[in-house]
Amino acid sequence: MTRAMRIAKLVVLLASQLAIVAAMSGCSIQPWVKPYEREHLADPIMAFDRDPVSSAYLDHVFDAREGARGATGGAGGGCGCN
Amino acid sequence: MTMSRIARVLTGRPGKLLALALLAFIAAGHGGAAFAGVLAEDRADALYHRYQGGGVEIQGPSVLIRKKIGENFAVNANYYMDFVTSASIDVKLSASQYKEQRTQKSLGFEFLHGKTTYTANVIDSKESDYVADTAAFGLSQDMFGDLTTVSLGFRRGWNHVYRNIKNADGGKERDPTFAEQMDTRAYTLGISQILTRNMIASLNVEAITDEGYLNSPYRSVRYVEPGDPRGFALQREIYPRTHTSNATAVIVKYYLPWRAAIEGNYRFYSDSWGVNANTLDVTYTHPWRRWIFDGRLRYYTQTQADFYSDLFPRLNYANFLARDKELASYTGYTIGLGASYEFSIPGAPKWIQKSTLNARLDHILIDYDNFRDATKTDPGNGIFAGAEPLYKLNANVFQLFLSVWF
Repeated sequence: MTRAMRIAKLVVLLASQLAIVAAMSGCSIQPWVKPYEREHLADPIMAFDRDPVSSAYLDHVFDAREGARGATGGAGGGCGCN
Repeated sequence: MTMSRIARVLTGRPGKLLALALLAFIAAGHGGAAFAGVLAEDRADALYHRYQGGGVEIQGPSVLIRKKIGENFAVNANYYMDFVTSASIDVKLSASQYKEQRTQKSLGFEFLHGKTTYTANVIDSKESDYVADTAAFGLSQDMFGDLTTVSLGFRRGWNHVYRNIKNADGGKERDPTFAEQMDTRAYTLGISQILTRNMIASLNVEAITDEGYLNSPYRSVRYVEPGDPRGFALQREIYPRTHTSNATAVIVKYYLPWRAAIEGNYRFYSDSWGVNANTLDVTYTHPWRRWIFDGRLRYYTQTQADFYSDLFPRLNYANFLARDKELASYTGYTIGLGASYEFSIPGAPKWIQKSTLNARLDHILIDYDNFRDATKTDPGNGIFAGAEPLYKLNANVFQLFLSVWF
């Protein structure tokens, strides 16, 4: 097993445990950035993927020219700033 | 738990970990969501793209539409085409220039339930010698007061590989004696995290595994052949029938005090063929009046695959043989500039809320460390096989697109 594979699995495991803890605690963790403090994060220039039609095309170009692939997608709609 | 214990736990199959993650997801999704999430805005994009470099020209349209149906359901559809004219260095060496067309259609569904978004996508891609069908499923969960979003995804691809040959009329047709398959499975994990009121970060991990016919039915490798006037001869490439890769990317985006944004993206990649790659990507975004400008610098470097060689010592030198330049050792640089202009479409109906016209140009330069330009072999002038100049790729990627929010 490669080092990268071990790191990837460690991340999955830790994220899972984090989610379980969150569920058991009834999501009682208080956000340290309040919803009314997310004005800058809600600005369109802060979107990870502002133009999906363009970024999908460029990702495809790099995929075709390079040996590496994957992990290019954002976590998806998740800045909590909507 | 000690690190060695963690390592032992983590030696199980990825599927077990994903099952655990899925369980955690479901638990978190029902752990007392107080506020519902929101689906992305309704939007349509019409894009023209053009790639030109290394003797290859690819252009075509892409249209993407996404529409909410009520507050909890959304549909998106994409129609994409490539018109390819290729006289690449591979083609020049072992085949003749060709024209090809690829059409890709995709349909996606999103369903929002509380703070959980479920997605399903199907993609169909067709060209005369390659048919690919893909199905993808994903879910994402907002948590910790919407500071964190965790996403999980699974993608399965079924690919049919054919080979075109010249027919009696000089046109092309499928070789009836050749038909292969290749299957893909991909597992993704994403965590997006608000760090401060000006900073957001994302971690993406993706493991992809392929099984089946993975090389090109056209490409050749070259080997030393003293009896040939060029000093080398060609044979078909042979790849392993499995390929597994892991990629981990970290993205950090920061809002600057003068209303601008800077994004840094680092990705580490490794695979079972011995390729290790690093990608570093920095984008600066600067709005000005009705404009938004983007500047991008991207650095990419990779090591070669274990079974790659520019020139093998003899025929059938090893079980696996590759001379695909994408499996060579090289470094690539990309510089990109984009501009977006927000305007009102004259006479547009009221339901169109916003529209932008966007242009983007990216220049890609790749310096190969061990892929030579075999078309320049000229023993009469002292340029022998294996001593040709190293190949460089210069390519321009242009995009022009119109976006409408409604």
